[in-house]
Amino acid sequence: MLKKLLTGIFVATMVVSLTACGTKNGGEKETENPGNTEVNQEESADKEEKADADKEEKADNSDFKVGVIHIGDPADGAGYSFAHDQGIVAMQAELGLSDNQIIRKNNVSDTDAVAIRTAMEECIEEGAKIIFGTSWGYMDTMEQLAAEYPEVYFSHGSGYKCNGSNFNNYFGRIYQARYLSGIAAGLKTESNKIGYVAAMDIDNSEVTGGINAFAMGVESVNPDAKVYVKVTNTWFDPTLEGQAAEALLDMGCDVIAQHADTAAPQLAAQKRGVWGVGYNSDMTKDAPEAHLTAPIWNWGVYYTKATKEAMDGTWTGENYFGGLAEGFVDISPLSKNVAEGTEEAIEDARKKIVDGYNVFEGEIKDNQGNVVCAEGEKLTDADITGAMNWYYKNVEVK
Amino acid sequence: MRKAGQERSHEPWVHVVKKTEISAAKTLLLSIVAVLASLVAGGLFILAIGQNPFLVYATIVKGAWRSSIARKGTIKLAIPLLITALGITPAFKMKFWNIGAEGQIIMGAIFATYFALFYDHLPHGLLLALMLVAGMIGGGIWGLIPAYFKSKYGTNETLFTLMLNYIALYLIKYLVEGPWRDPASSGFPKIASFSENARLDQLLGVHAGWLIALILVVLVFIYIKFSKHGYEIDIVGESVNTARYAGMNVKKIVLRTMFLSGAICGLAGMIQATGAAYTLSEGITGGVGFTAISVAWLSRLNPVTILVVSVLFAVLEKGCSVMQSTFGMSSAVSGILQGIILFFILGFDFFTRYRFVFCKKKQGEGSVSC
Repeated sequence: MLKKLLTGIFVATMVVSLTACGTKNGGEKETENPGNTEVNQEESADKEEKADADKEEKADNSDFKVGVIHIGDPADGAGYSFAHDQGIVAMQAELGLSDNQIIRKNNVSDTDAVAIRTAMEECIEEGAKIIFGTSWGYMDTMEQLAAEYPEVYFSHGSGYKCNGSNFNNYFGRIYQARYLSGIAAGLKTESNKIGYVAAMDIDNSEVTGGINAFAMGVESVNPDAKVYVKVTNTWFDPTLEGQAAEALLDMGCDVIAQHADTAAPQLAAQKRGVWGVGYNSDMTKDAPEAHLTAPIWNWGVYYTKATKEAMDGTWTGENYFGGLAEGFVDISPLSKNVAEGTEEAIEDARKKIVDGYNVFEGEIKDNQGNVVCAEGEKLTDADITGAMNWYYKNVEVK
Repeated sequence: MRKAGQERSHEPWVHVVKKTEISAAKTLLLSIVAVLASLVAGGLFILAIGQNPFLVYATIVKGAWRSSIARKGTIKLAIPLLITALGITPAFKMKFWNIGAEGQIIMGAIFATYFALFYDHLPHGLLLALMLVAGMIGGGIWGLIPAYFKSKYGTNETLFTLMLNYIALYLIKYLVEGPWRDPASSGFPKIASFSENARLDQLLGVHAGWLIALILVVLVFIYIKFSKHGYEIDIVGESVNTARYAGMNVKKIVLRTMFLSGAICGLAGMIQATGAAYTLSEGITGGVGFTAISVAWLSRLNPVTILVVSVLFAVLEKGCSVMQSTFGMSSAVSGILQGIILFFILGFDFFTRYRFVFCKKKQGEGSVSC
C-alpha cells in the first residue's frame, strides 16, 4: 500500500518535473534520510513536496543516460575516438554513473546522415538525456534532431552551430597548447627550420590558427626560426602525413610539428634522428627518441561539466570553448628530448596564458606584411574560430 | 581436395549441376533450415565472445521493433534497399549484371540535389516533382552508359558498372569540396542541409518514400510479369540469339532496360537525399547498392518477395546496431554476425538452385570411386 502510494507520488513528480522543463530543484536536499519521507508525507503538503523533490533527485541520477556517438572505435586504443572516450570514462567516474547509463555508438560514419540519425535516435529511445556527437560531420543532423526532440540535449564537438536551448557546441583553445609546444620546438631547433604537417590549407581557421599560435610560440623564444608548412588535405592519412614530413625533413627541418591524426610525422622525424611535436595524444610512446611534447585534449573536463549541468537542469545551451585555464587543453609531459630551459619557459608562458594572455594580441603581422591585429587589440573568438585565414609572419607554405 | 600423384582421369572430382525445379515445399524447408543454421552458427560466435545468444537475438528483434522510433528507423532503412533491389531486378532478369546501383543511386541524388540547392524557391510540389524526374534521369544515364558500351563494343558490364560507382562517388567528393561547398561552413567541406521546402513530406511519421516504394513494387511486378517489355527482357535474358531470331531489337531492349534499372536506383538516391539525409554526402548510399544485390538475388527477382526480404534485412541491420550499444560490443561484432547470417542464407540458396554431382569412376580403371 505504502509502496503504491510512493509510486504514485513518484510518477506525479516525474510529470511535474517534465512540464517544468528542467527548472532545477535544490541540490542540497540529497542528504535527507529517505526513510523519513514516508512518515512525513501525511504531515504537511510542504514537507511532501520536499520529499518529492528528494525522490526526483535520486531518480534523475540513476535514470540519467548519456549517449555518445563515435566516428571510430574507442577499442582502437589510440587516436581521436579513444581520446574522446577517455573523456567519457572520466566523466562517468566523476559523476558516479554506472556502465548501463552510457550508450556508445561506434563507427558511425560522419558522411552518412541516415546512419547518424539512426544512431542518435537509438540513444534517445534508450533514454539518453544528453548526446555527445564527437565528429564534425554530425553537426547538421544534430541540429535537425535538436529541433525534433526538444527534451534531449545535443552537444556537438568541433562545429560552429548552436540553437541557444538544447543544441550547443564544444571545442577548445587548442591554440594555447600549440603556443606552448611551439616554445619547445623553438628552443630545440638547431637549423632554425621547423616543419609543420597541416591537415587543411589556409581556408581552415582551426588548422591555420593552430599554425599561427605555434609559430608565435616558436618566435617567443627563437626569433630567427621559420615554420614551414606542408598541407595534406586530409584529416587522416598515415602515408600522406609521413610523406609530407619527409619532404619537410629533406628541406632541412629538424623539428616536425603536426596537425594530423597519426604519429607518422613523428616516426619520420625519429628515423632521421631529429625531433618532433605530436598532437592529440602523448606521442612519446610512438616516437620516444624524437618526440618533445604534444598539444592534447582533456575532453573529460567538458563531458563532466555538460553532463552535470544537464542532470541538474542548469544547462544553458551556450557554446563551450575551454582552454588551458580550464584544463580542457594542455600539453603532454615534456619528454627527455627537450632542450634545457624548456620547462621553465613553458611554465612562464602557461602562467601568462592562464592569467589572461590570449596569444592573438596585437600587433600581429601576417607573412604578406599586413597588420592583421593592431597594437593593443585582441582577436575575438569569432575571428579565431572562423576568420583565421592568414599565416603569421614567420610561416611559409611549401 | 585431390591427393598429389594419384592417377585420375581428367574428369573433375565433383561438378555442379543446376537443379531443374524443386517444389515450393522443399524450397521452404531449405530456407527454414538455412535460417536455423545461420542462427546456430551466429549463436556459437556470440557464445565465443562470452554473451548469451538468446539474449542477443532477442535484443536484435526487439531493437528493430521496440518503439515507434525504432519501427520508423527500420522502415527508413528498408526503403532504399527495397527500391534499389527493385531497380536491379529488370537488369538481372535480362542477365545484365548491373552492380552499379551504388553509382546510380549517387547520380540520382546528385541530380536531385542540384534542384534542392539552387531551385528551392519553387513551389514545394513542383520542386519535388522536378527532383524526382531529375533523380531518375541521373540514375538512368548512369545505367545507360554501360548498356551503350556493352551493346556497341561488347564491354564487360560487371566491371563497367563497378567502375562507374567510383566515378560517381568521387563526383560527390568534388562537389562537396568544390562548387557545392556550403558557403557558411568556414572552409570545412560539406553541402548545406536542404531547406524545409526541398524535403520530402512525411506520411504517418516516415518520409513518403515508403509509399513510392510500395507503388514501385506493384509497378515493377506488373512490368516484369505482364508487359510486353517484361517478356522481351525475359527472352533476351534467356538467349540473345533467340531474341534476335524472333525479330527483337536487342540493343534497344538492353538500353531501355538499363535506363529503367538505373532510373529506379536513381529514384532511391533522390529519396535518400531529400527524405532521409536532407543533404548530399559521400555516405548517401549507406552501401545499399551492394546489399540490394543480395536482396534481389535471394528474392529470385520477385518484387513481392523483395519487399519481404528488404524488411528482414532492415530488421537485421537495425537490430544489430541496437545490440552493439546494448552489450557494449565493438561494431565489428555486429558486422561479423550479419556476415555469418548472410553467408549461411546465401550459401543455402545455392543448394536450392544447384546440386553437386560426384563422379562415379568405372571400376575397370582400378581407381577409387570418389
